[in-house]
Amino acid sequence: MAIYTKEEARQILEKALSYSTADTCEINLGGSESGNIRYARNTVSTSGHRSNQNLSVQSSFGKKSGSASIDEFDDESLRKVVQRAEELAKISPENPEFMEPLGPQSYDDAITYSEATAKITPEYRAMVANSSIEPAAANDVTAAGFLNDSAGFSAMMNSKGLFAYNKSTDISFTVTMRSNDGTGSGWVSRDFNDVNKFDAAEASKVAIDKALMSREAKAIEPGKYTVILEPAASIGLLGNMGGALNARTADEGRSFMSKEGGGTKLGQKIVDERVNIWSDPLHPDVPTATWNGAGQALKKMSWIENGVVKNLAYDRFWAKEKGVEAVPGPSNFIMEGGTASLEDLIKDTKKGILVTRLWYIRGVDPQTLLFTGLTRDGTFYIENGKIKHPVKNFRFNESPIIMLNNLETLGQQVRIDGNLIPYMKVRDFTFTSLSDAV
Amino acid sequence: MKRRNFIQYAGLGAGALMMPSLLMGSNISAEALLNPGLDVAAKKQLADVALNTAKSLGASYADARIGRYLNQYVFTREDKVQNVVNTESFGIGIRVIANGTWGFASTNNVSPDGIKKATEQAVAIAKANSKIQKDPVVLAPVKSHGEVSWKTPIKKDFKDVPVAEKVDLLLSANKAAMDNGANFVNSALFMVNEQKYFASTDGSYIDQDVHRIWPTFGVTAIDRSIGKFKSRQGLSAPMGLGYEYMDGLASEKIAGPEGTGLVGYRNSYDIVEDAILAAKQAKEMLTAKSVDAGKYDLVLDPNHLGLTIHESVGHPLELDRVLGYEANYAGTSFATLDKWKSGDFKYGSDIVNIVADKTQVGSLGAVGYDDEGVKTKQWDLVRGGILKNYQAIRDQVHMIGQNESHGCCYSQSWNDVQFQRMPNVSLEPGKEKYNINDMIKDVEKGIYIAGRGSYSIDQQRYNFQFGGTVFYEIKNGKIVGMLDDVAYQSNTQEFWNSCTKICDENDYRLFGSFFDGKGQPSQVSAVSHGSSTTRFNDVNVINTGRTI
Repeated sequence: MAIYTKEEARQILEKALSYSTADTCEINLGGSESGNIRYARNTVSTSGHRSNQNLSVQSSFGKKSGSASIDEFDDESLRKVVQRAEELAKISPENPEFMEPLGPQSYDDAITYSEATAKITPEYRAMVANSSIEPAAANDVTAAGFLNDSAGFSAMMNSKGLFAYNKSTDISFTVTMRSNDGTGSGWVSRDFNDVNKFDAAEASKVAIDKALMSREAKAIEPGKYTVILEPAASIGLLGNMGGALNARTADEGRSFMSKEGGGTKLGQKIVDERVNIWSDPLHPDVPTATWNGAGQALKKMSWIENGVVKNLAYDRFWAKEKGVEAVPGPSNFIMEGGTASLEDLIKDTKKGILVTRLWYIRGVDPQTLLFTGLTRDGTFYIENGKIKHPVKNFRFNESPIIMLNNLETLGQQVRIDGNLIPYMKVRDFTFTSLSDAV
Repeated sequence: MKRRNFIQYAGLGAGALMMPSLLMGSNISAEALLNPGLDVAAKKQLADVALNTAKSLGASYADARIGRYLNQYVFTREDKVQNVVNTESFGIGIRVIANGTWGFASTNNVSPDGIKKATEQAVAIAKANSKIQKDPVVLAPVKSHGEVSWKTPIKKDFKDVPVAEKVDLLLSANKAAMDNGANFVNSALFMVNEQKYFASTDGSYIDQDVHRIWPTFGVTAIDRSIGKFKSRQGLSAPMGLGYEYMDGLASEKIAGPEGTGLVGYRNSYDIVEDAILAAKQAKEMLTAKSVDAGKYDLVLDPNHLGLTIHESVGHPLELDRVLGYEANYAGTSFATLDKWKSGDFKYGSDIVNIVADKTQVGSLGAVGYDDEGVKTKQWDLVRGGILKNYQAIRDQVHMIGQNESHGCCYSQSWNDVQFQRMPNVSLEPGKEKYNINDMIKDVEKGIYIAGRGSYSIDQQRYNFQFGGTVFYEIKNGKIVGMLDDVAYQSNTQEFWNSCTKICDENDYRLFGSFFDGKGQPSQVSAVSHGSSTTRFNDVNVINTGRTI
């Protein structure tokens, strides 16, 4: 599949739209090429390549809508897919929440595409795997890792004159290193839009070092501890908190963001005043598309400012119901950090636990945003500013709201899963039991 | 948390249902679902293009899977239809071994030319990777089945049932919930038909037609004055059945414990009845007593225990996890080879017998042949409490000294490579006559739990914490009322060794998971877990209530 240019995409969409006889019609077009390599036991296990392209039409007569999609773009196929969407619309029930498509919008130019990433070859992927496997074997450690790269485009056009286009690339890489005596495990995660920023050997070394350092962990009593959370640890809890930033469920009274007696927590201080969280599609370290699937322009948007809920996401229907401007949901998550490095944070800690990552996080109570899960792949006891020894993994039961109220120090930001999150030192983090898992 | 999940969460409310987008194909009309697709002769001809191309390029083995995946999903909330989705996904996946290394490629261009190109790509990938391959692939032998077919034994094909009938059923369940005090209700029906054609250089040509269904809902009750909300999910199970599952036959119902109003559903589900009870229970939860933390005897309904079996027995006995192939994602396993080889590893108490099965009628995992052409079967995982075997496929069994694949290889679509997936894993019922009320009567201080809730387990499957849908306190042999804020924490081996009593086969039902995830790139699979109501003694229960 080719990654269509803006003009090629426009031509296909205009052609498809020319067949529409509906009251309104909106068409999305996209395609991607992706490749991956997976390795384990210090050897490659599976590897593959995927190619997809799709054009999807939504036609509406009044409040009745129908959708159809297709993966071939010749004139006859385009005519048929539009016709099929219209047939489906005519026999569909009315959607009382139907919103007419948006008119023309103005979008910023996205910075999500890297030619180098789009040109990744099977040989490059094998080289990445080898950058883990060779040093692992040399250190009596076993590597299991996964690299996925993709390049794609998306475009949309509607009968109200809206046209949007974007192309993007990304790579994501994770590797778990386990010491061959079975007592130590380390892990690392890297993701970028531009593969030139990725150093597989450097990343693999981080995981190997953690595997070796975490051997023969000691058990310490579960309880409340000061923790230093690496960004890979806190993102799971923060991301789940993001799920509550939805205006409709808050208004309906079934969200953490619902207020006792009615209304929402918009404007209310819910966490420490040093907490600032926003989204920004043009941030050079974590760029995203500048429009979403509904054609709404994505701009920099504040969600938590000085600990106060600054915005909730309103879809277009709910915004109309409530008489407010629609607020599209975030496309990334950026949390303000500080200047302290991980080493600085450790040096300033009298007694605490360093957590590499949290895993198998599941909601326990949506009312309080309580989550449970476990530490994994590198958990260390800190005493008097130094890592003293590895500790056995813990199960936690904690709410990101409590975590962000117990904030001690914010450190430097790191990209993780397309988000930018700081190292964080937090007091009284609740560990409820021990796990024997390595 | 991946960014896309974050966005997904942000866009959906607590009552919303999430559906993996990767299961979607192209949208089509409901009528188009009835199109029969390619005939078997045409599929054989196309598959042979892949097999012949692979051989000509030096591959020592190849298989081709031509898949047509038809899905119909219906979503409603309260009195509204939110969406009716019909999708079709059609393509071919080609897997080869070249230079002792796997390669895979797929394409939706199912023409001789498209297949040839994809096969060339699969071989090129295998050859590129063979340079760093240390352990060449060893396949267990499989006999040629020739040209065979298999079909899920359904009574009503969902594709023949008008969409309006499905919508009406969901809306009547929603209305029943609202009439009984619910503030919100979301409901959905997932229906899947996998039409899979498999061919390999071992000489098998296998045509299969697999059906699955999952009706589900979530009911929410709210008390705005105290700012509290509670949800109660439906107690259906996803099943390997046709639309007949929605008939709500009285003969397939099993009364739950006295005092709860609960009903267990075997091979037929009454969604309206369950929605009425759900609304009443969601309201009751708003004022239910918060549990006192401590040790309790747990009495676990099959619709709850299934997930505990899934997490604490199903996953740790997947051989790829045991060997380290999943170390970077799902994790490894405490059930290591040395424990298995010892022949006396006490996984559970003497009454614990757990079987793996790919043939059970009505189950999600039932197929005639797996996705690498192995005829399916049943085998023991745990017998008399002792660990007996793992779940393994063709390229794994030689690593445990066996020479026959267990037949549990699966891929979620033509677009993904097949690998070892969990078969149905089920606890055998107790041998003596014993029902749920007998069991409650024997408990002094306990908690009865039905339905799935929050579930989390470590990467080697030692430490877990599970919640549930509804909890009832048992005192001196009687259910005395509903509880809230319940979760139990235990260790897998300790937990299964505390198993003291299992109800008989009359109480046996299937639980299911429609979207079990594993692998990188992640794939889903559907799997059932059967059991009868079971008792575990002295399990640690925590209180999950918090004040913010």
